Amino acid sequence: MLTKIWAIFRKDLLIELRTKDSLNAMLFFGIVVLVIFSFALEAVRDSIRMAVPGILWVAFAFSGTLGLNRMFAAEKENSCLQGLLMLPMDRGILYLGKMLAASVFMLFSEVIIFVFSLVFFNLTVWREIPYLALVFLLGTLGFTAVGTLLSAVAVNTRLREVLLPLILFPVILPILVMAVEATNIILNTMDYRALKLPLTIMAVFTVIFATLSYLLFEYVLED
Amino acid sequence: MIQVQGLAKWFGKFSALRDLRLTVNQGDFIALFGRNGAGKTTFLRIVAGLTRPSSGTVLIGEAPGKSPGEARGQMGYLSHNTALYADLTALENLRFYAQLHGLPSGDGELEQRIEQVGLAGRGREPVRNYSRGMQQRLAIARAFLHDPAVLLLDEPFTGLDQAGTEFLKRYLSDAHARGSTCLMAIHDAPLGYELASRLVVIDKGVAALDAAKPSITLAEFQDRYRALAEDR
Repeated sequence: MLTKIWAIFRKDLLIELRTKDSLNAMLFFGIVVLVIFSFALEAVRDSIRMAVPGILWVAFAFSGTLGLNRMFAAEKENSCLQGLLMLPMDRGILYLGKMLAASVFMLFSEVIIFVFSLVFFNLTVWREIPYLALVFLLGTLGFTAVGTLLSAVAVNTRLREVLLPLILFPVILPILVMAVEATNIILNTMDYRALKLPLTIMAVFTVIFATLSYLLFEYVLED
Repeated sequence: MIQVQGLAKWFGKFSALRDLRLTVNQGDFIALFGRNGAGKTTFLRIVAGLTRPSSGTVLIGEAPGKSPGEARGQMGYLSHNTALYADLTALENLRFYAQLHGLPSGDGELEQRIEQVGLAGRGREPVRNYSRGMQQRLAIARAFLHDPAVLLLDEPFTGLDQAGTEFLKRYLSDAHARGSTCLMAIHDAPLGYELASRLVVIDKGVAALDAAKPSITLAEFQDRYRALAEDR
């Protein structure tokens, strides 16, 4: 099973390294969001650290949605999805491989976007980095757990680019809200004991989303 | 080998298949004919497990309790869509599918497969650079990488030039001679007649004609096929 998940991840990674279709779009979009907020909040630059958690997760979520939109679009070219569905394996494996690829691409773009945010908002965060890494990881896994399933739903519709954010954001809201809350605790209140609640909620939602998506994945891919 | 009973598929108010019944024996080579929209592709997709029927059953192999994954492992599906990743090389494409089939994925085995479909020395080129005919040859290697017992072929000759057509004809004849069961949707009556051992016409969602080849000449088949089409 792990070999198959790895094969799917490796294939997506190889294609992405050659085409850079998703990562370029994700990074460009995420950085543009930062630039816009940086100008818009110029007047409150002294207290901008309070706004950074929200800005970061807006940039992460929007750029992540772009990446998810590409996730299955590439499989539609030459009907590759049909080739995958003919394979003698549990279709949940396809979900896990795709989710792993989506998570790695999103985490990579988050790191770059975060570095840019340090520059734009003049932040110093060395001590907070391990905590932030944990929040980014959990938030991303929750996002891609449900996003991978909904991306597979959307890819078979005429309005896929529009449909995905419409069905994804309402479902993902609890994780996004908790991710903003946890990032805010780390960057502003620094009461690390208060992190337990948002992190627990994110972890629980991620496990529920991932389990349901794994089980439902087979059905969303069939006609 | 394959038992199809009362198969129906509705897309909203349109019925692609109504009550299709067909028994496919091991080693049969069935050419499926029918006008556009007759339900040939829908039928093949249902057999392949890519589409759920609205009603009816398809039993594959001896054991009806087989999991869908096990049943898929016995089948190879080839259509005019190649299911190849254009940004990967031929070797990378085959390696990916071999790993997911749980087959050996070393360069040696895969290069041999590439050689078998007439692409020797081209394995390290991206598929994007291949001509349509070369891509279809590689698609043959991909679809039949696991030497399936049942070959499902949906208009596999579409877009192939003369050399590609001859190659695929040879390949399918050899597979049939080795005992593979083939189900092929095709429009070209002489070509289908040449390759198949049984001729089936799907019309109005049912198998309107089912004839073993020795019992019918090409001319007779074409007459009956034309009569079915004019009957509409």
